[in-house]
Amino acid sequence: MCLAIPSKIIRIVGDMGTVDVDGVKRDVSLLMIEEPQLGDYVIVHAGFAIHKIDEITAKETLQLLKEALAFVEKDDISN
Amino acid sequence: MSIKHAEEYRDKKLSRSLIQEIQKNSRKPVRLMEVCGTHTVSIFKYGIRSILPKTISLLSGPGCPVCVTAQGEIDAFIELSRKKDVIITTFGDLMRVPGSNSSLQQERAKGQDIRMVYSAFDALEIAKINPDKEVVFLGVGFETTAPTIAASVLSAQVMNLTNFSVISAHKKVVPALTALLQTKEVNINGFLLPGHVSVIIGAGAYRGFIKNYPIPCVIAGFEPVDILTSIHMLIKQIETGKKDLENAYPRAVTEEGNSKAKSLLNTVFQSGNAIWRGIGPIPDSGLFFQKAYEAFDATRRFQISYQQTPEPKGCACGEVLTGIKTPLDCTLYKKICTPLHPVGPCMVSSEGICAAYDKYHVENNRGSCNDD
Ligand code: SF4
Repeated sequence: MCLAIPSKIIRIVGDMGTVDVDGVKRDVSLLMIEEPQLGDYVIVHAGFAIHKIDEITAKETLQLLKEALAFVEKDDISN
Repeated sequence: MSIKHAEEYRDKKLSRSLIQEIQKNSRKPVRLMEVCGTHTVSIFKYGIRSILPKTISLLSGPGCPVCVTAQGEIDAFIELSRKKDVIITTFGDLMRVPGSNSSLQQERAKGQDIRMVYSAFDALEIAKINPDKEVVFLGVGFETTAPTIAASVLSAQVMNLTNFSVISAHKKVVPALTALLQTKEVNINGFLLPGHVSVIIGAGAYRGFIKNYPIPCVIAGFEPVDILTSIHMLIKQIETGKKDLENAYPRAVTEEGNSKAKSLLNTVFQSGNAIWRGIGPIPDSGLFFQKAYEAFDATRRFQISYQQTPEPKGCACGEVLTGIKTPLDCTLYKKICTPLHPVGPCMVSSEGICAAYDKYHVENNRGSCNDD
């Protein structure tokens, strides 16, 4: 039921929008998200955009994870 | 803006480091349960079960919406589809679920008007162009789906569509977690919490549950790195004796959740007792119409009362959904129950665990037969 992959908003007409996910275009309702903008990545569920992916947090989480893993590796070598 | 991060969450090198970390940290044998059909699919698709150390068993809980829908509800849907001048609209997953003596698909083959839709808004369109028919949407799903159905009810009201109604068989995740932990035979050491339900309800919605039933919980996304990070967090909690809620999906899940969606949901629906397949009645776990919107309640309009029908004989779906059994423990699995001739919903839904075991040729309870 859920689409796990984020979709990109490529058109907005009122409360409705078109999203593109891996080349497949779909109309979705934008009723549930705040200030949708063209180019936003959203999570889509049953024809509705339910969340705008927070790109900054997405990058930060990866960064933290990489640091944590790199740290662990370094730790291993020193042991 | 790029979608680069989505690919990075699939990064093989990162995944490998995470697996190494998990292997290094995991000592005790543990049973971790996910409660989301999309997690079930991702875990099998990326072969995550087979790459984990033997100490970790992954279980699929009551997270596939169709799988937890009670037999009595399925029978009521089928009964309704037989009424004159009724068009049934539904998401595809429900079509093949066997009721006591038929399925929606069989009813459609017999000529009943049953249509698959992609969104509840599509059902409104059908109602608009068929003013002389009653259009009923079968609402099955969790807190991710319920607000979308609520939005369609509110639109129907604005559009003055009097021939549209909904059966709300929606369910709530947190009461099910509570019910699982209250069941004696259930043995779970940690939960991977559903990413997209959490998008709506927010991390905050689990705080009361964890306080009352302390258990390691991590909100998880759907890419391999998301899932492995979450498993890693759970293992770390278990090995250090912590029982906390952690959010491994912060790019999508906030503390409050989606307030617009929650407000739609709460405007149209209210909590009430619901019956779950395999678990039975769970207090306040279902979503039913608020008084102000009961004109759209198909159970009132068509005077539907659910019967407590027994689940198919020999089908272990209930025990499978609570992690007590795996599909391999079901005597019907792959002998009588196959994707072509499913006996229970867990073999029908693409998110069902029996269907996943079959598709990925699982031959032992750890992973796929392609394990190396
Ligand atoms: S294999 Fe079929 S009969 Fe057995 S538990 Fe799964 S759905 Fe039920």
